[in-house]
Amino acid sequence: MLVVDDEPGICSGVKRILERFTVSYPFMDEDRGFDVYESYTGEEAIGFIQQSPPDIVLLDNKLPGIQGTEVLDYINKNNRDIIVMIITSYASLELAVKATNQGAYDFIPKPFTPQELKSSMENVTKNIFLRSMTKKLNKEGKEVRFQFLSVLSHELKSPLNAVEGYLQIMQERQAGNNLSDYDQVIDRSLQRIKGMRTLIMDLLDLTRIQSDEKDKQYKQVNLKEVAQGAIESINPYAIQKDVTVELHMDKEVEVYGDPNDMEIVMNNLVSNAVKYNYHGGGVDINIDGDMQGVHIQVRDTGIGMKKEDTARLFKEFVRIKNDQTKNITGSGLGLSIVKKVIDLYDGHIDVESEPEKGSTFTVFLPITKYKSETTTS
Amino acid sequence: MVMSDKTTILLADDDVDYLFQMKLHLQQSGYKVITAESQREAEELLQSVQPDLAIFDLMMETEDSGFILCYKTRRKYPEVPIIIATAVASETGVSFGLNTEEEQRWIKADLYLEKGIRKEQMLTEIKKLLKA
Repeated sequence: MLVVDDEPGICSGVKRILERFTVSYPFMDEDRGFDVYESYTGEEAIGFIQQSPPDIVLLDNKLPGIQGTEVLDYINKNNRDIIVMIITSYASLELAVKATNQGAYDFIPKPFTPQELKSSMENVTKNIFLRSMTKKLNKEGKEVRFQFLSVLSHELKSPLNAVEGYLQIMQERQAGNNLSDYDQVIDRSLQRIKGMRTLIMDLLDLTRIQSDEKDKQYKQVNLKEVAQGAIESINPYAIQKDVTVELHMDKEVEVYGDPNDMEIVMNNLVSNAVKYNYHGGGVDINIDGDMQGVHIQVRDTGIGMKKEDTARLFKEFVRIKNDQTKNITGSGLGLSIVKKVIDLYDGHIDVESEPEKGSTFTVFLPITKYKSETTTS
Repeated sequence: MVMSDKTTILLADDDVDYLFQMKLHLQQSGYKVITAESQREAEELLQSVQPDLAIFDLMMETEDSGFILCYKTRRKYPEVPIIIATAVASETGVSFGLNTEEEQRWIKADLYLEKGIRKEQMLTEIKKLLKA
């Protein structure tokens, strides 16, 4: 921090007060102290800022040479990250207001007590900390988003390429004039289009769970109904594969949450258990609740996976590629969505799996946080 | 052109749609095509068949399946020309090819193509390599 004031008393006073002062907030990892430097003129201050830009400039407006507002102008042009506090007498309050309009963060009326100085420094420190966090988050967010978009565009382009190729084959009658010779071409085109639709539906789920809290409709959700719904929607496919899906519940279990979220979790887990199963296999869904929360377990007798695969399973666009999975379509988003939903509820999801034996997904959703919200509302 | 003894091309790619379409296309141009959906399948085929040319995708079971196939093919049949056809640049942004000496030393392929190329261009490249 740099103090700019032509009165040496102010400079040394500020230095004395702040050198033994630290700011601490529960959200900051460590306490912040201050290194105080002094300048007696605006010119000197600009020179200092050019050499080593401080985080904060405490700036007196009335200076012997160039005025405080000119220093402020310089900072606005060249070092926008610096937070400027204007020191001013009550008489020139109007000027201080003008300065804040020009980009000063705040002003401290002169004369100020040590406590006044400390509390405005607390404020500024909080602001600096939050600003750096926002910057960091924005940057990380942008990178993650970029990565996501580039994979997504590939995932959307590849079915288009495939269908386009098949249509060209038909257009050029590459397999002759007999329509039945194009059965495979048409089947594959339809399959790829279906896959693309699944991807788009999953993307909608993804935007929905990432939407604002205000769009959520929290209420008591009966998990039996949700599980039955999930079984019903996968049933046609389960019959085709001769997979038996059974729901086991000793008692009614409710969870406080958004019904949509619960459906996303259950639908994905149950449909995966059928999709990655053997012909004639089985799926067991166990739902139980206790004082801590809700336990959901989906166990299948399917193809399972290796330990190293389970580690990547919840990442976006990860699909386990092998001979057994190559004919199963999927967006690679389902489990990443499930994980995101469960994280929203401070829950956790685990998977245990053995190749050729099957997989068990275990979900825990804590109940306490949301229970207390219901009783207060 | 009538080919009594057809030229055989081995095509390995885990994208079944690409495999199907390229196979049909090459067949129509008079080639005999054998296909593999994985590195493992291609290796098995190479045990019993010597193709006249091989086209490998890069990323199949592993990220470097295509390179491994190149090495194994070259060791067994040093004369067989090899094309690597991949979408790796558009998928990952990583771009490499056979442009530098170093790349030519460690990538044992004769030609490196991005998958987006037109089918006609692929045919031209195949003909060039078979003549050489």
